[in-house]
Amino acid sequence: MNVVEASGLGKRYGRAWALRECTLEIPAGRVAALVGPNGAGKTTLLNLAVGLAVPSAGAVTVLGGRRAGSPAALDAIAFVAQDTPLYKSLSVADMIYVTRSLNRRFDQPYAKARLDELGIPAKRKAGKLSGGQQAQLALTLALARRPRLLVLDEPVAMLDPVARHDFMGTVLAAASADGVSVLLSSHVLTELERVAGYLILLARGQVRLAGEVDDLLAAHGQPSLEELAMAYLRESPSAVTR
Amino acid sequence: MTARTMPARPDGDDARLRPLPWRRMAGLTWRQHRIALAGVAVLLGALAVWLWTAGSSLHSAYAAAVACHPASSPACTNLIVAFNGSATNKIMGSKGPGGVLLQLVPALIGAFVGAPVLARELETGTFRYAWTQGFGRWRWALAKLVLLGVVLAAATSVFGVLVSWYFQPYAGNGQQAPGLYQNSPFANLFSLREVTFPAWTLAAFTIGTLAGVLIRRVVPAIVATLAAYAGLAFAAGSFLREHYLTPLATSSLYVNLPGASTAWTISQWSTKDGRFAFAGNPPDSLVNQFCSSVPPDKIGPLGFAPCLAQHGYTQWTSYQPASRFWPFQWIEGGWLLALSTFLIAATVWLVHRRAA
Repeated sequence: MNVVEASGLGKRYGRAWALRECTLEIPAGRVAALVGPNGAGKTTLLNLAVGLAVPSAGAVTVLGGRRAGSPAALDAIAFVAQDTPLYKSLSVADMIYVTRSLNRRFDQPYAKARLDELGIPAKRKAGKLSGGQQAQLALTLALARRPRLLVLDEPVAMLDPVARHDFMGTVLAAASADGVSVLLSSHVLTELERVAGYLILLARGQVRLAGEVDDLLAAHGQPSLEELAMAYLRESPSAVTR
Repeated sequence: MTARTMPARPDGDDARLRPLPWRRMAGLTWRQHRIALAGVAVLLGALAVWLWTAGSSLHSAYAAAVACHPASSPACTNLIVAFNGSATNKIMGSKGPGGVLLQLVPALIGAFVGAPVLARELETGTFRYAWTQGFGRWRWALAKLVLLGVVLAAATSVFGVLVSWYFQPYAGNGQQAPGLYQNSPFANLFSLREVTFPAWTLAAFTIGTLAGVLIRRVVPAIVATLAAYAGLAFAAGSFLREHYLTPLATSSLYVNLPGASTAWTISQWSTKDGRFAFAGNPPDSLVNQFCSSVPPDKIGPLGFAPCLAQHGYTQWTSYQPASRFWPFQWIEGGWLLALSTFLIAATVWLVHRRAA
């Protein structure tokens, strides 16, 4: 099964195409990384996949043919948006209550145990938590929904290296232990090295490269994901603007 | 027979997935908006205490004036003067700021409770959290707006009962004792009664929510809400309300009509020989020609009317009798409720359709 299938997918804001002719199939059961420079269309693609945005062209389905944004898709996908938006004036306990109310499944013991482990007090207001704690809270709330697909938009961009490492550790644990498929976007390549099994390279609204990381590295003769991406993005600027 | 490679999914497809129950939104809405709702409670509570204090003294002044016998005695005259003074001059009287202040309540609720409901989500980005939960975004928006709208309407309708109690001495149960001040129930506080006050509050609230989803910024949405509410309230009071029912017209001298001072005069005009002569005050030429002898203290359309009547002019007055108060309340409440329903539908549709 594919967690995301897009065919001819495009999204236009005004006259500018944020994403164009995007056709891809992201397989289930692994961590897929969506990589590209700022403005490449990563957030647009993720918004389309979670149903926040409506395609201007083409179609996108998730989790084996469910329409993006449909009740069945919303039920099975947890999304953590860029800068991990939370209700800043609500306490951590209230955020748990709100998320539990809004979803069919919510693993309260998991959420409680996880926040205890992280040392995040339940009575603290979400807005008073550190950036790393807010990101961990948003991720915990998402994982407690027991999703089949976890979508993360630039999850570590705002975090310091330690918080970044811890965050990715939580994501990896969920992916390997619970079999959650993960789709995450990032322009920070170093952190993806140890987590990503599948890579999608986006530039200027178009898919440049997509495939299993190992296959891509072997095919392009590059030693690391970072160098592969760099080489590909630098290779031919003209090809990118085409 | 082909073997299944995938286990059957317990959560199935769209058709089999039952929506989450609406009641899930109640506790959530309370937690998110308790500060705004507490603000409304404090505002209405403080105004209620103030209205109760002002109303109690007005009611006791009224009771004293009505109970006084004989009515022509100097003591009774003093009581009547005292009541008239508190009815017209006190903060809540027709000359006081109270009515204006109360008019602001729906605007404040619309601006500070209604506008931020969606504008804050859109401004801070939390809509990306809320709209990707299992509840679904349009149901989330509808549940929130209806819950908050019902709570606000209930609170303000209770407050409207208090306003009506306050107003009782002005109307004097239809027939005011001689000399006591009375006022048309249409003249002031009309939009602050049991039916109209919650209706205006609901309209302001829904204007706020729509402004919020359109503008996506809290402060500009608040400003837009205040402007839109002010425009609507002004249009309703100045142009719409008098047309809810066709006004009655009378050619009898208006002052002599029973209940005249509690009726709402819409317009006056005069005819001669069955044809329109002039509207409102008689033109100077006519006055100089026929009525130059009318004493200055009788000047005005009513003052000249008896004089002009002798010269074949008939004065007409169109008015809304005070007995139409409740029909007018329900008409105003009805169209405001229809407007609010439409605005909620538009807001929910925009939430449903709006791309991130």
